[in-house]
Amino acid sequence: MLDLLTLYATNLITWDNTLTLAWIVLTCLLVAVPVLLGMAYTTWFERKVLGWMHLRHGPMYVGWFGLLQPIADAVKLFFKEPFVPEGSNKLMFMLAPAMVFVPSLLAWAVIPVDKGWVVADVNLGVMYLLAVSSLSVYGILMAGWASNSKYPFLGAVRSGAQMVSYEVSLGLIILSVVLLAGSMNLSAIVEAQQGMWFAIPAFPAFVMFLVSILAETNRHPFDLPEAEAELVAGYNVEYSSMYFGMFFLGEYIAMITMSAFTAILFLGGWLPPVSVVPLTWVPGVVWFALKVVAILFFMVWARGTLPRYRYDQLMRLGWKIFLPLSLVWLVATAFYVKMYGNMVWGG
Amino acid sequence: MVSYFPVLVFAALAVGIAVAMLVGPWLLATFKRDKVKTSAYECGFEAFDTARRTFDVRFYLVAILFIVFDLEVAFLFPWAMALEQFGWVGFVSMMVFLGVLTIGFVYEWKKGALEWE
Repeated sequence: MLDLLTLYATNLITWDNTLTLAWIVLTCLLVAVPVLLGMAYTTWFERKVLGWMHLRHGPMYVGWFGLLQPIADAVKLFFKEPFVPEGSNKLMFMLAPAMVFVPSLLAWAVIPVDKGWVVADVNLGVMYLLAVSSLSVYGILMAGWASNSKYPFLGAVRSGAQMVSYEVSLGLIILSVVLLAGSMNLSAIVEAQQGMWFAIPAFPAFVMFLVSILAETNRHPFDLPEAEAELVAGYNVEYSSMYFGMFFLGEYIAMITMSAFTAILFLGGWLPPVSVVPLTWVPGVVWFALKVVAILFFMVWARGTLPRYRYDQLMRLGWKIFLPLSLVWLVATAFYVKMYGNMVWGG
Repeated sequence: MVSYFPVLVFAALAVGIAVAMLVGPWLLATFKRDKVKTSAYECGFEAFDTARRTFDVRFYLVAILFIVFDLEVAFLFPWAMALEQFGWVGFVSMMVFLGVLTIGFVYEWKKGALEWE
């Protein structure tokens, strides 16, 4: 048995295979490192934009224009004391942050940032994204339950119910885009938008999607799980140090992921707005990054201007308004596709 | 399945980063143990009783509704991919399926399962 295994392993480790593996690891790093850095600077971006909306400056002292602030925050979190509450389930308490962080990063394995620039160009990209991004609910529920404290528990239950509520309408809207493009491969969906971004023909779906991603990532005005005034901080109130930081990381990476998902489904991913000469010189990654930043700005903007929803209003919006509307939209899109075929121009 | 191998590598990388962040503070931070620090947080009081108690049944209802509708979405994905190849029979049969679900949804709504007052 052992001989067989060693034989198998020695045959597997060839020069070619090692090169391929090294290449895959490199591409993974090329995606993961910018995402982590991007997450760090999303916190900076949010504080800056919120600051300007309040007529103040935001972080200014660490580095020029406060640019080193996120790095300083991360270092500080590493040097803080992690403590585990006495009545908690210790192992679950410590694993919960990883359960939030890992899936949110994992979603980036299938997101194409430019033509062919993707870690794994899988055929079921949309399905994979939906499945992986909904895994972080488990982390939140684990954190809330393992803390054995009232506020985290309430926050986790609320958060779980909120995330699953909006996932249904999110899924139906994504489905209508899949119908239009006729593919579940994210690169193919982007290519299908060469003639026109799906945001234009599917404008109502686009608007519903934008609102749903705010709820799905527990962002303002739907940040009920963390409502300071009633729940102090929700599911992460017992956490300190980098354990708290990982929830933060997970939440902000989820924001970037959802922005990227919106850019791919509705705003043509890496494609320029129109295919004319000076615009096509700009690399696709730049267009993609610009679109992601624009949607992130929308999320911060919503936080800067809107008051928080009540929980019953949140549930009513999700189940009684978005669910029927997205279902009707899906049926209408299906009828259109059946009559006139997929909406694929150019390409 | 070969196209999913990079996902596995990516997962290993993500888990590695997560483990580094979980272990890091234990190596770097200074520790000062304190009974009050590790007690459950409850606005300055000693915790009155355990936090693991019953919660509102409506959360449970939402979870069940979610399972029904998410399964529906999962059923719809393959159908959406192949809609062009299907005849009208395929289209209409899925509409019937959606119609049945809609009747169930209307029933839920009228029964008040979606009320949060």
